[in-house]
This record gives sequence, structure tokens and C-alpha cells, in this order.
Amino acid sequence: MNFEEILNINPYCLNLEEKEKLLTERLVELTKLHQEKCIEYNNILKSIDFDVEKVKSYKDLPFLPVRLFKELELKSVPNEEVVKTMTSSGTTGQAVSKIYLDRTTSSNQQKTMVKIVSDFTGSSRMPMIIIDCPSVVKNRAMFSARGAGILGFSIFGAKKIYALDDDMKLDVEGMKEFLDKFQGQQILLFGFTFMIWQHFYKELLRLKEEGITFDLSKGILIHGGGWKKLISEAVSHDEFHQRLKVACGLEHIHDYYGMVEQTGCIYMECECGHLHASNFSDVIIRRPIDFSEADLGEPGIIQVVSTIPESYPGHSLLTEDEGVIEGVDDCPCGRKGKYFKINGRLKNAEIRGCSDTYATKF
Amino acid sequence: MLNRVTYLTGSAELAARLPNVSARKPFDDSIVEFLNDVSRKLMGNRAAKAYSDVVTFAFWIRKTSVVKLKERFEKADNHLHVGKGVVFHIAPSNVPVNFAYSLVAGLLNGNANVVRVPSKDFPQVSIIAEAFNDVLSQNEAIRPYIQLVRYGRDKVINDLFSSIADVRVVWGGDQTIEELRKSPLPSRSGEITFADRYSLAVIDSDSYLEIEDKERVADDFYNDTFFSDQNACTSPRVVVWTGNRIDEAKKTFWEAEHELVEQKYSFQSIQGVNKLTSSYLIAVAEPGVKVEEHKDNLIVRVNVPKITDCLMNYRDNSGYFYEYDCKDILEIKDLCNDKRCQTIAYVGDSQVVLPLIKSGVKGIDRVVPMGKTMDFDLIWDGYNLPALLTRTVVLA
Repeated sequence: MNFEEILNINPYCLNLEEKEKLLTERLVELTKLHQEKCIEYNNILKSIDFDVEKVKSYKDLPFLPVRLFKELELKSVPNEEVVKTMTSSGTTGQAVSKIYLDRTTSSNQQKTMVKIVSDFTGSSRMPMIIIDCPSVVKNRAMFSARGAGILGFSIFGAKKIYALDDDMKLDVEGMKEFLDKFQGQQILLFGFTFMIWQHFYKELLRLKEEGITFDLSKGILIHGGGWKKLISEAVSHDEFHQRLKVACGLEHIHDYYGMVEQTGCIYMECECGHLHASNFSDVIIRRPIDFSEADLGEPGIIQVVSTIPESYPGHSLLTEDEGVIEGVDDCPCGRKGKYFKINGRLKNAEIRGCSDTYATKF
Repeated sequence: MLNRVTYLTGSAELAARLPNVSARKPFDDSIVEFLNDVSRKLMGNRAAKAYSDVVTFAFWIRKTSVVKLKERFEKADNHLHVGKGVVFHIAPSNVPVNFAYSLVAGLLNGNANVVRVPSKDFPQVSIIAEAFNDVLSQNEAIRPYIQLVRYGRDKVINDLFSSIADVRVVWGGDQTIEELRKSPLPSRSGEITFADRYSLAVIDSDSYLEIEDKERVADDFYNDTFFSDQNACTSPRVVVWTGNRIDEAKKTFWEAEHELVEQKYSFQSIQGVNKLTSSYLIAVAEPGVKVEEHKDNLIVRVNVPKITDCLMNYRDNSGYFYEYDCKDILEIKDLCNDKRCQTIAYVGDSQVVLPLIKSGVKGIDRVVPMGKTMDFDLIWDGYNLPALLTRTVVLA
């Protein structure tokens, strides 16, 4: 099955066996492609005497730690074919991942994203509220993860509005106008989990006391970016949902898991609260001690594979996130494939040593 | 300002009077007796026994041990020797008892000391500070010589202590040194800096295979590496194999080591990811390296076909080793001709590295038997501490 064929079927229709076959075929093909086109990738595979011909399952393929994309410029296309360079959002001074996209990979990312998200929102475009500020997407030469996320999801929006101004203040008048105009219609909302909490939810709460309310009961909220900051504010997943419902009537809320290193293949949270792997990608949970595959229900390090990346060797990656597979092919929502949850980031190593540590090494 | 500092031993008043404290002669009897009392206090402390590093320190400062140091370092050169005055020590933040060794080096050489201890609350620090305080309460005369202080990264305090220091002793590596260098020292003051270093092991395969007690060797190597997460300046990052039975020796050596690490080392999830990252980075930087097969992530070894000077830019810790099969010791010259190269731990004959040292390399400060890399001495990191912490008075 080539990539076009994967695009033509329902994104959650394949069961374990069918998907294993599909992924093995496609990922072996990508491994060979990158071996041939990316000298760094080839050198890595040589260092472990890797023989792609011996691969029986996509699970046998090597995985690159995501940090390599911060340290190296890994690409499998000549420079002139690179149309976009995506970077992860890092705080100042921190190294960021650099992901090089050519036309094909970039376009396949978008098609995949449409395929996956439509399964949750329906295929027609909706009025869209972006819970962020417009300046995030202004610099198009370097796409940050936040900007890329917004632009990626923007294709689902018919008419768009940014809910926040560049000072991260809620645009109350703009919101009112927008909601009046599209009264009764389904509305898509998108943003990053912590931004939504900090600059949207908290402001809604304050406005409510002044008697200003918004009705978003027709809204579908898609949010991502992780829970780390909310956990430090002691806000759980359930509380997030419940409080937004009380604040503005929002009921349809979908978290998603994804990373700039595998844009397109996002893992959407279904109605039952499970993150789902689509036909386009998969998660494998690895035991930290030896990277063997963990059992169902056993937490470990998340490896992600994606059928998309052709312009950079990012089809099989080891993340620094910990997660656990909750089930395969049997989620009550009806979607096939693995479903899982994220436990959080792996802790930095606490190690001894004569040199004082000022910042993380990479 | 001195009130922004916490005093584990001493006080703001005593710290303010540091410049007025008299310097003493090296290995002054009252200091030797005092340290022996501290040693006894620590040996008698039940809580101290749980920390092998505290016990080792207590052992090092007992009288018999100090007298041996005195015999080695007391100069019979017709000159007078006296402490420089005030020594300001910055201890490393990740090694619990290092501060105590630094302090004793200052004390034994006749100086008054202000020591910044790690900000992290290691139990070892409190145990040692308590022992000093107990003995100081019977020894008022020595009290002005010991100020154990704790404060955050605070340039104003660094400025203050630096301004009264005759010698500044900076542990903690390059970045800490860079920080401290922003605080000026008086013109005649000196500085001893413990920069980022790396170390290696040289194992003669034939000698190793002849050793009967392989467990002991595994233990020694563990102490040199895993005990400090293979992240001390003294921890071997590279294992250089010599002799005729390298393959056989490697197999036995690493099997024994793995068994021990499995029992003793507490592995953290991220360490496996870090080691995988490092091994792939070197695979890109130095094509031709081979990652040795490993059944788990406790020990990751990368065989390098040649020694290059950039190898140590890719060093990692927590059980990550480069290995090199060596025919002629001069093949590792690039690794040692680097000011960052500190200790060689050896199994076999120490003389094998002599050609290397004689070749004029800029590194290698210590060549010690495996298991001894962490044994502190007054000659450390290439510095003769007694020479640097005292003044020589000519009385003709």
C-alpha cells in the first residue's frame, strides 16, 4: 500500500494485523529511502550493523532519539527541495529541533491531518476561533511548533478569528461579533492547552463576574501541547473539561498528542478520552532498561512511527515522553488501532559529578 | 550582606574578621590534633557510617594518615613556610564531601578558610559540619579558621569573599570558574581552578586475565565509574585495551561489570535515551564506529577504530564507554594531548604510559591503579596544593 492508498481509506479502519502489515511495508521502504539519501542516517545504521533485509516487523526498525534533530541537520533531500523548515518551540537559549520538509512531505502532512481531524469534526469547514495571538504565525520562514499547529489546523476554519491580541488579552468585542455572526453554527476552537487555561478560561471566569458570558455549546475545542504546566497548577484532565463547560458551555473537547518531528500524524483524543493512533502512524511503548516492547498497560518510553516523512529520516523516533497502551482495536468509540495515554515527560537524570550543572546538556 | 549567607560553621562576625586571622605553619600540631578529634567524632557517629564517602574522609584526616602527609610535604629546605592567609573555596554542587577535602587542604597548610558548601542538602554535609562544630566547641582557637557557608549563585557574596581571599579554590568545572572569574581577586592573590576534565582507563588484557579476583577488579571499576555516575572528572570515559588477548579480556571484564551494575546501580529511564543519543551522535561524527551489542541499557560501549581529538566532545556518563584496541600506546596521544585529560586508571603496569607522558602531551596528571581514581591527595589534578597554599619565607 503506498501513501496515496492509505489516504483513501478511513483513518481508523485497520485492525492490528492489517496495520502491522501496512506499517512494516511502508516503514521498511522509508528506512531504505533514508539510508540511501541521508548520509548521517546511513552512518547511524552502520554503527549498529543494521540489516534492513532481516526486518520482520516495523517494530524491529531502529528509532532515532528526537534530540538528534536538535543536534544535527538531518535531511534526505537536496537543499533546493526544502520548502519549509519547522522548529520546535524551545525557550531562549535552548536548542530547537529542525525539521526539513519538501513539497511531498509537507503536502502529505496536511492531507493526513485533514483525514484524521475530519474523523472527529466532520469534513465541512467551520468558523474557527484560534485561542492564541496573531503574531505567532507572522514569521513564516521559521515555523515554530505553535505557529505550525495553528496553521495546520487553520485549514479546518472557514472564517477565522484570533481570540487573543498580541498582549495575550482576550478580544471581547471581536469574540462577541464573531459569535453573533455565526450563531447556531458549529464552531471550531483551537489552541494550546496551557494558553487556553491561562488566557482564555481564566478571562472567561473574570468576565462572567462582570456579567459577560459567551455561549460555546456549539463549539468543538481541539487542544494540544501537553499538560505539564497545568499539572503544576493542579488542573487535571477532568477538571479542565468540567470547568470549561461551566464557563462557556463547551462540551466537545479533544486533546491531541503530536510533535513537530512528526507533524501531520497527530493522535486525537476520542469521545471516550483515549488518544488514538491512526493508520498513518503508531506508538510503541519501550521499556527504559532495554527498549524491549512493553506489555499492554505497562508504562514505558514512547516510540512513534509515521508513514509520512520522506524528506527527513523521522519515520521512527524515540520520544522523551512516558506513556502506556490502554487497548488495541477495542475502544468503545469504534476506532481501530492502539489507544493510549501520556504519563508525562521523562525526568532529567539526577547525577553526581564534579562539574556543576547549569542547564540540561542538550 | 554577610547575613544573606547561612553559616553551618562560623558566623557573620567571624567571617568579617577573616582578614585578621593569623596564618599558621603547615601541619601545625594543634590542627593535626583537631582533625584527629573530628575524625574520631565521625567514626563514632552512627549516621556517618551509612555514607562510605564520609567514612573515607574520616579515615583520611586521622592522625596517622595526616602525619604521613606531613612527612611527604614538610619541606626541609632551610626556608620558612607559612599559610597564605585566607582561602576562599567554592565546592562542587554535585559531590557531597568534596568541600571537606578542600577545607582540610586549606587548614593543613596554615590558612583560615571560608568554604561554600553545595546548596543541595546532602546529609553528608550536615554530618561533617556537625562533627566540626562539636570539636570546635572545645577548640576556640581554631574557630576563626573554619567558616562553612551556604548561599545561592550570588555574585555580590562572591565579590566580597574574593576581595579578602589570598587564594581562591574553585571546584565545579568550567562554568563555575567562569562565574567566579567575574569577581576580582587582590593583585597578590592566586587561584586554583578545577576545570572540566576527563579520564580514561588503560587495561592490559594479559595482566587482567591473570588476575584471579575478577570481582575485585569489577568492584574497582565500579567505584571509579558508576559510583559517581561516571561523571566525575576522574571517571574513565574511554577504555583503552592493550596486550594480546583483548577480545577474551573484554568479554570477561564486561560480563563481570554488568553483573555488578545490575545489582548495585539505580538506573534512571532517561539514561538509556541519553546513551542512545550519544552513540548515534558519534556514529555521525566519526563514521566507522561500532556500537557493541548490549542486552540492556546499563552499559553501552562504542568501539572506535581510531582515537581522534574530537572524541571527548561526545562523552557521556552513567555507563557509556568508548573502547579502543591499542597496539602502541602512542596511538592515544590525541586523547592525552588535551589539557582536559586528567587521570589514567590502569590494570597492568603503569610504566606503559611513560612514553606517552614523555612525548610532551598537555594532559595526564595522574596515573593510578584502577579503583584509586577518586582517592584524594594533596597533589590533585596536576596541582601541588601545599606549594600553592603556602608562602615561602627566606630567612638568610
